[in-house]
Formats: sequence, C-alpha cells, structure tokens
Amino acid sequence: MSNKSKGSLMSSSRWLVVIASAVILALGVAACGSSSSDGSGGGSGSGGSEVSGEIAGAGSTAQQAAQEAWIAEFENANSGATISYDPVGSGGGREQFISGGVAYAGSDAALSTEEGELEKAEKRCAPGELVEVPDYISPIAIIYNLPGVEELKLDPETLAKIFAQEITSWNDPAIKKDNPGVELPSTRITPVNRSDESGTTQNFTEYLSEVVPSVWKFEVSGDWPVKGGEAASGTSGVVEAVSAGEGAIGYADASQAGELSVAQVKVGKEWAEPTAEAAAKIVEESPVDKELSPGKYTIAYELDRKTESQGTYPIVLVSYFIACTEYVSGSEAGAVEAYAEYVVSPEGQELAAEQAGSAPLSSALTKKVTPAVEAIEAG
Amino acid sequence: MASVDTTTNAGQLLAAASGGRRRLGDRVFSRTAVLAAVTILALLAGVAIFLLSEGFPALTAGASELPEGKSFLDYAAPLAFGTVLAGALAALVAVPLAVAVALFITHVAPPRIALTLGYLVDLLAAIPSIIYGLWGIFVLGPAAVPVMKWLEEKLGFIPIFQGPASVTGRTMLVAALVLAVMILPIVSAVAREAFAQTPRRLQEGAQALGATRWEMIRLTVLPFGRSSVISGAMLGLGRALGETMAVTIILSVSGAVTFNLISQANPSTIAANIALKFPEASGLKINVLIATGLVLFAITLVTNMAARAIIARHEGE
Repeated sequence: MSNKSKGSLMSSSRWLVVIASAVILALGVAACGSSSSDGSGGGSGSGGSEVSGEIAGAGSTAQQAAQEAWIAEFENANSGATISYDPVGSGGGREQFISGGVAYAGSDAALSTEEGELEKAEKRCAPGELVEVPDYISPIAIIYNLPGVEELKLDPETLAKIFAQEITSWNDPAIKKDNPGVELPSTRITPVNRSDESGTTQNFTEYLSEVVPSVWKFEVSGDWPVKGGEAASGTSGVVEAVSAGEGAIGYADASQAGELSVAQVKVGKEWAEPTAEAAAKIVEESPVDKELSPGKYTIAYELDRKTESQGTYPIVLVSYFIACTEYVSGSEAGAVEAYAEYVVSPEGQELAAEQAGSAPLSSALTKKVTPAVEAIEAG
Repeated sequence: MASVDTTTNAGQLLAAASGGRRRLGDRVFSRTAVLAAVTILALLAGVAIFLLSEGFPALTAGASELPEGKSFLDYAAPLAFGTVLAGALAALVAVPLAVAVALFITHVAPPRIALTLGYLVDLLAAIPSIIYGLWGIFVLGPAAVPVMKWLEEKLGFIPIFQGPASVTGRTMLVAALVLAVMILPIVSAVAREAFAQTPRRLQEGAQALGATRWEMIRLTVLPFGRSSVISGAMLGLGRALGETMAVTIILSVSGAVTFNLISQANPSTIAANIALKFPEASGLKINVLIATGLVLFAITLVTNMAARAIIARHEGE
C-alpha cells in the first residue's frame, strides 16, 4: 500500500542509476575473483643486492609439514632469507612453477611428458637448466583394525582384492593361506580410502596396478577409483575411520599410523614392513626414468615396485623438489640454492623425518642428488 | 524538536512543512539504505558472474577433456542428488522438532524456563560447523553404529535401511542428523517469533469457545505462523544444502547414487566435494568444481523461489 509513495521518492531514472552501479560493482567483484587465481607470484624477483633473498614455492600437500620445518630451520640460520611454501597441490605447484609464479615447486609426481609439461618447465628455466630431485620419501602403511589379530601378512594379490572389494570377509581362504596359526574372525572387511584427492592414493593405486595388474583393473589416480568403499578425508580421517570401525583396513603415511596395527606386505619371498630404511632403499635401487630425466640435473625415478629385493618396501610416496639452475635475480638464485642444498642435506632430511615422519634419503641418494642442487648458481 | 519520523511518508510531509527542503538525517538515511541495497545486489551478481565465467570452460568442454572422462552433467548429477538428499533429510528431521521447540517455548513452558531454553537453542547456532563435524565422527557416528546395525536387521526390507550397515558410522543418516541439529536454531528462532506474535484475541477467543490448549494452538497459532515456519524451513534448508565442513568430515563419500542411508557408500554433496577436491585441483578441474558451485547456486535459488511461491499462495488465501 505504501508502494506508491516509495515510487515517488525514487524516480525511475534514479533506479536506473542504482542498477547500473550495482552492475559495475558486480563486475568489480567478479574481476577481483578471477584475478586472484594467477596473482600468487608476489614472492619472486624481490631485487636488492643482499645475498639473502625472498623466494616462494608451491605444491604438494604431502610435503607441507616437511617444508614448514625446513623453512623454519632455514630462516633461523639465515635471518635475511624469507621463504614461503603454498601447499596448493602438486598439479598447482607444477603449473605455478612453469608459469614463473614461484621459484620452486614440490610435486608428488615428476614433471610428465603429457601436454609438454616437461618441455615447458625446461623453457621456463632457459637459458639455465631444470633441476628436479627427490626430496621427500614417505612409506605408506597398510593399517587395519581387527581386535585379537596382532600380525597380518598380505600378499599383493590379496591386498588388491581387498581394496577392489572382491575379498569381503576376514576369514577368506586367501588371507588364511598367508597367516597360518592366526585366528581370523568372519568380520566383514571395510576398506577405507581417501575421499580427497591425494598423492598417497596416487602412489598406492600405482603400486597395485603395477604389481598385480590382473586383479587391479582400476585406473591409477589420485582420486580413489573404486566406488562403494568407506571414504574419509585426509590422512587423519582415514586413521580415525580405521580406528573406529572393526574390520576396517586402510592406507596412510606410515608415520601417522599411531596405535593401529600395520600389515606386512610380500616383497619377493619376504614380508616387508614400512620402515624408513626400506622406503629409501627401494628408491635407491630403482632406475632413473630416462624419458622424464632429460637434463643433467633432473633425477626422476621409475619406481621398481615389482622388486623382489630383500629389505625394500614398495608402497612409497616419492615427492620431488623442482627448481632452475638460473634465476633472473642473483639473490633469488642464491636463496634457492642454499635452501635446496639444505633440504636434501642429511640434516634437512633428518629434520623432516622427525617433524613429518618421512624416510630420510639414503647416503647413496644424497650423493646422487647433491650435484644437481649445487648446480643452482648464485648469479 | 519533533522526533524525526522514519517512514518516508511522514518524513516527506515534515520536509514539506519545513519549507520543502529535506533534512540532512533523511538524506543520509535514504542514501545509506540505497547503498546497502546496491551492495547486496552487487555481491550477489558478483558471485553469479564469477561462477558463470569461471565455470564456463567446464560447461563447454567435451567429456573427453574433463577429469574423469565423463560429461559435466554425469559428474554433477550424483553430487546434486547427494546435496538435495542430505538437505531434505535434515529439514525433514529439523522442522518438526523446531516447531515443537518453538511451541514449547512460546505456549507451554513457564516464562523462566522458556527464556533459558530459548538462549540454549540459540547457542547451538554459535557452534562452528567443524566442531559439529568432529562431534559427528567421534560421538554420534560410533553411537549410531549399533542402531544402524539394528535398523539393517529389523527394517532392512525398507530400501533406505538396506545396509550393509557401516561399521564406522560415517553415513548419510548421521550426516543428515548432524545437519538437522545445525539448522535447528534458525528454524526454531523464526517459528518462535511468529508464534509469539499470534494475536491474543484469537487465542482467547478460541479458548472462550471451549477449545483445549492443543486445539487453540492448532486453530490459531499454527495457521498464523505457517508462512513464517515455511520461510524458516527454507532458510534452514539453504544452510543444510551449502554446509561444507561438517559433511566433508563426516560423510563417507563414494559417488554412489542411492537412497540407502546406513551404508558406507554415499553420494557426496556439492560443497563437500569442492572442499575435498580443490586442494589438489588444477587447470580445468578447478573450472569443473566452480561449475558445480554454479549448480548449487541454482538449486538454492530454485528452493528459495519455491518457498516464496508457497508463502505467497498461503497469504493469498
């Protein structure tokens, strides 16, 4: 009823002004939104003549805890250096590195030849060279919750069948066969997977599909490919779900397994546990992937997950440190070099083992990767 | 000085009386009000434009280019299904409960108890959703495991309780119950306000004609508050549809499209899916996630428009 009087207060031309300004404001908001996606290159190129510099990195969430520990310790020792690491995910980290947004990247997978990723990264580093070395190794444990069963042995085929939901109860003959003398209940098996996309899932599915391709028909992906299982978000979510559910089995970074029982996996004729030494050893014994390591300073491993070598544990996550040998600004190059050397050094690796539960690079690996990071030149 | 009347009508009269010039307070007020309205419009339009422009590449890309090799519709449909299922279930549980609580507070409880209870219900709204999520997986989920097992055994012939019952309690049923608790305060607050404003003469009239307390409530309070309850329910539903953190933490998602509420295989919701996939997403995947956000935006819009339509029809009666 008071509409008419309101109408007279605001003539129609003024409403036009209102709507127009709304649209202009809206466009402004939208513009802000779209520009934020590529605006993260603030860390690079700080200039200045100091030896210490300011660098930004981005990438793998698996490396986050280790990177934070490294950065804290590194900045402690070099008060003039400022380093930041944005855990945007491996793919995002590689993308930002290629576009020049960040000085270095952390990635759970080596730069691939798909869509010319590797070439683009080399181009980004020209006239310098691309540096890619493993800096973070983490064994993935098979955790389970089965009261009364302290020790469990699973061969790869059984493991794959459990996660493919083909074996559904704990007293299945296939499990019994490898665990003589263990009283297995008829409890239903609840396989637990990650509901978020992760490098852990990527490496676990890679293992299954390489070792037992006859059973594991699903794709290799960071996004769990089997429908219908129990899913939980993050490593902590998987650990919590396995702890809560009797008969549950899952996979998680070995350092996060906590009180849960850890299954032994068959390697060759032996049963292996996810120890730091066994995880580092499989990387050490694996061949370097020639196609993915074209340059002098790129060391991408083609993990030999089918290995039968004693003392190795094949379900591991290997994450890489990606950088260039040359940077536009000398201080940036100096900081990247010093930081990269620290990361792969025995001290840095030890710190990550303590803080993030990773497996330190073995001395043979350290020897192999050190020349690559030393190639980064200040100036 | 005469106090400045806030209704524009009287304000204009006053302005006319004081020599045709509007007073400063009036001008400031109307400008501020207009600015506030424009800002809201701009924000909403800004979000819509952002969703459209960033989601567009995903909408136009062919199935083979998209992350899982299926078309955007195939990707978004199970998510939309999960979103609507979780939201509708939550509303189904929360609305009757909220109406009962509101009636208790306004018409049954003694004033002091009513006041305390009102505060306590409002306090539920102040709890952050991540806390609800943790409560869901640590307390409600494990507690629901034996209940769900029982449901599977006794009522398993009903498709929604078909099972097999989850052993961890991270099911659609638990997620919906947690969502119901989360939206309870907002629905009951709106209902409470409306019920409390039922004209006294109506209530007294009903009782004078011999109606019992329940009959009085049924004949006067409920019809009077109906449209408010509907809009409260829609506000609650809107929150349940968009709730992210609690669902992300609780629900065991595996992309299944099923009405089975107690198994480990549940459909994800749009908001939870974005939260789960965004951290590792890059390139076109981000566009896909944003495009699903656009779908959620559309679902919420349709829900709100439906609510408006229902309210308008009731008011027309």
